[in-house]
Amino acid sequence: MAKKFDFHVNGKPVSVSLDNEETPLLNILRNELGLMGTRFGCGLEQCGCCMVLIDGQPEKCCAKPVWSVAGKKITTIEGLGTPERPHPLQQAFIDEQAGQCGYCLSGIIITAKALLDKNSSPTRAEIAAALDDNICRCGTHNRIMRAVAKAAVQMRAGTTP
Amino acid sequence: MNAPLPGPLADNPSLDRWVSFPSPGKVGIGTGRVELGQGVLTAMAQIAADELDVAMARIVICSGDTERTPNEGYTAGSQSIQFGGVAMRQACADVRALFLDQAAKIIGCQATELSIRDGGILRKNAPTGQDYWTLAGAVNLAVKATGSGPRKSVADMKRIGESSERLDLPDKIFGKAVFIHDMVLPGMVHARVVRQPNPGASIGAIDEQAIKRAAKAPVEFVRHGDFLAIVGNDETAVDLAGAAAVNAVTWQNVETPTALQAEASWLLQRPWIDRVFGAPESGGGQGRQRFEATYSRGYLAHASISPSCGLAEYRDGHLTVWTHCQGVFPLRAALMKTLGLEASAITVHHVQGSGCYGHNGADDAAADAAIIAMQMPGKPIRVRWRREEEFVYEPKTPAMIVKVHALLDDAGKPTDWTQEIWSGTHNKRPGAGGVLLGAVALPNPPPEPPPNDVPEANGGGATRNAEPLYDIAAKRIVHHLVTETPVRTSALRSLGAMPNVFALECCIDELAERVGQDPVQYRLSITADKRARAVIEKVAAMAGWKAGAPGGAGHGRGIAFARYKNRAAYSAVVVELDVDEEIRLAHVWCATDAGLVINPDGVINQLEGGIIQSASWVLKEQVRFDNGVSSIDWETYPVLKFSEVPEIDIELINTKDEVPLGVGEVTAGPTAAAIGNAVSHALGARIRDLPLTRERIMASLLKA
Repeated sequence: MAKKFDFHVNGKPVSVSLDNEETPLLNILRNELGLMGTRFGCGLEQCGCCMVLIDGQPEKCCAKPVWSVAGKKITTIEGLGTPERPHPLQQAFIDEQAGQCGYCLSGIIITAKALLDKNSSPTRAEIAAALDDNICRCGTHNRIMRAVAKAAVQMRAGTTP
Repeated sequence: MNAPLPGPLADNPSLDRWVSFPSPGKVGIGTGRVELGQGVLTAMAQIAADELDVAMARIVICSGDTERTPNEGYTAGSQSIQFGGVAMRQACADVRALFLDQAAKIIGCQATELSIRDGGILRKNAPTGQDYWTLAGAVNLAVKATGSGPRKSVADMKRIGESSERLDLPDKIFGKAVFIHDMVLPGMVHARVVRQPNPGASIGAIDEQAIKRAAKAPVEFVRHGDFLAIVGNDETAVDLAGAAAVNAVTWQNVETPTALQAEASWLLQRPWIDRVFGAPESGGGQGRQRFEATYSRGYLAHASISPSCGLAEYRDGHLTVWTHCQGVFPLRAALMKTLGLEASAITVHHVQGSGCYGHNGADDAAADAAIIAMQMPGKPIRVRWRREEEFVYEPKTPAMIVKVHALLDDAGKPTDWTQEIWSGTHNKRPGAGGVLLGAVALPNPPPEPPPNDVPEANGGGATRNAEPLYDIAAKRIVHHLVTETPVRTSALRSLGAMPNVFALECCIDELAERVGQDPVQYRLSITADKRARAVIEKVAAMAGWKAGAPGGAGHGRGIAFARYKNRAAYSAVVVELDVDEEIRLAHVWCATDAGLVINPDGVINQLEGGIIQSASWVLKEQVRFDNGVSSIDWETYPVLKFSEVPEIDIELINTKDEVPLGVGEVTAGPTAAAIGNAVSHALGARIRDLPLTRERIMASLLKA
């Protein structure tokens, strides 16, 4: 018997009907809503490829049952910016060429957004501590941390009255 | 008489495989090299833009496609630019020359009077009204390359040598559907394979009801011999079913590796094939001293961030496969054998996956999809491995033992060097040294090729970098190719070079220490190779290296050097670190001579990646067995975290040399050895076995 779940993704209301209310949010985003930016990495909430913001908090969604996000506001990488209007983090990742294979980047950028939302001038150690929730296997860590620090500078400049 | 064509161009001489003009204003380039996260396609576009005189934005790249691109074998061994890039340069230069000839004919002048600016033909710098696209209909590119088109001189290059932004990164940063995992074909169904635990294991019982209950949505079974898969429309359902099947399917003739077999020392008890390379034994002269030391490293996983994925569709007698593997043509050949199809009945397309760092599960996932597709004609099949499946079934890099026997002169310098190696093969690539994983479970599986390793002509496998580049009168390699390993082993970034360079560069430090010499000075005293000396001197200067800096109080620094395969890039690395119970990397400096650099920032990105990945191997990584592979996720196989990564400074030298040299693997060995040497400097005690775990550090502290 299908059940209906309502929530918001990137500012838009979404309603899905599912037989299995344990279906992970990640599979909903990718297979029902066609939002492929949130990646599957492990299905075990370990690697951070599937990081999204749920009511502003960074959370891995590969094992998060859909019933648990009913009524919540979800932001994915697609909700941050576009090539025409990039989020400062996305621009900084391009400026720093902070990627190799790029598979981990969606999750990393989401984690970084959550960090910058609560700490506008993080130190390298604070950035590293936040990103320890994500795995990068290619060894792009230093570029990624530089990009986050750069985005922080730009976001502070952008919000200065 | 032209110089011989670059290898890949000689193998694929028809120019239309390399360059095309598909539509006005666009230039198509085809390369057999594929994007693995190393930025190779951006570099290829830079090369083509320079040699064809067109803007980067005009270039449309097709890579790794059995229908359209050159067959360049595997994208592996840091050879894409060194060979494939040089081939691309020459192909483009030949095409440019053909167009200039055609333009000269039409305009009625000498080709030497013409030049090209962004695809437009100029005569004495003035537009002629002709361009690549107006001429394209009259220039036949289905002709063989001659190698006669003049390549740009280094001084004339504009794009080559420039840090162009990676073409593929924006889509990844904006979360576009760029990976094979994101592909959706009309009518596609999802599949998971119930993996045969080992070759020869056969299915006992299948509790279909338990699997279907777990799925909570309709799934069906596809069985062919001992190959069993679960297929369904809903990915969540096949995921649940696949996980349930691990316990709901029983197997006979199961063999699982034991904890003891995870240790490199286990190799010494196995049968092996002896291979000896190099100078004959000198027997050791009078007054000479002998130094021996044994180093080891356990099994490592590629541990790609995403499990492997493959798509396939069998329709109207033709099989189409989408894969993120390193070689679409070798995969097609392996699929022909496995499925009994002709080459003309199979098309293989490369689609990007996550970084693979060598032969991981990519080929096997594609084969899984192909095997299922053959059983379900007309249905596009998507197989995505489970995380645990990737860790357990991907080919591992083999454990290795490396024993150095050195004879020394009265000044303590080596005069005779034997590097003795015990290792399983680094080459189980399908078709070359192994077979596709799924194929082993089919009825009448293809025979396993006889034990072999990567040929010396390709840089060797276990023997890679086993010969020191230093000036030593007699050098030889004794390779014991262990023919039975507890798990399938194959190529991981740098193959045997990491353990070999770790062994020989740690040994060089031990020899320097014996005679009270500084490690930098000692190295310089035994090498005349100017490029080797240059990177060693450069990195020492970058790091502010001071001879005789005191160690032993938990803070140390170490240096190491290698020229990859003794014929590619030169790299020297200095590591500074602190040790108490664990190792904390503080800073890494690296100087590299990779010859002609196409994209400096891209090269630095690769070198950084190599340093960090090698540091991760050395500090943290070993695949464990316990009644099966027990390293099954990121908690049981931890890798270096953001908070554990050191600051890294890299400088490139000799970047305008005529010949480019690959860089993806060069830092693996020197980083490992520099960490080993820095730990020894910090502790006053040598640890010769990798990884450098807390247990090994504590044991060495107790001994010291």
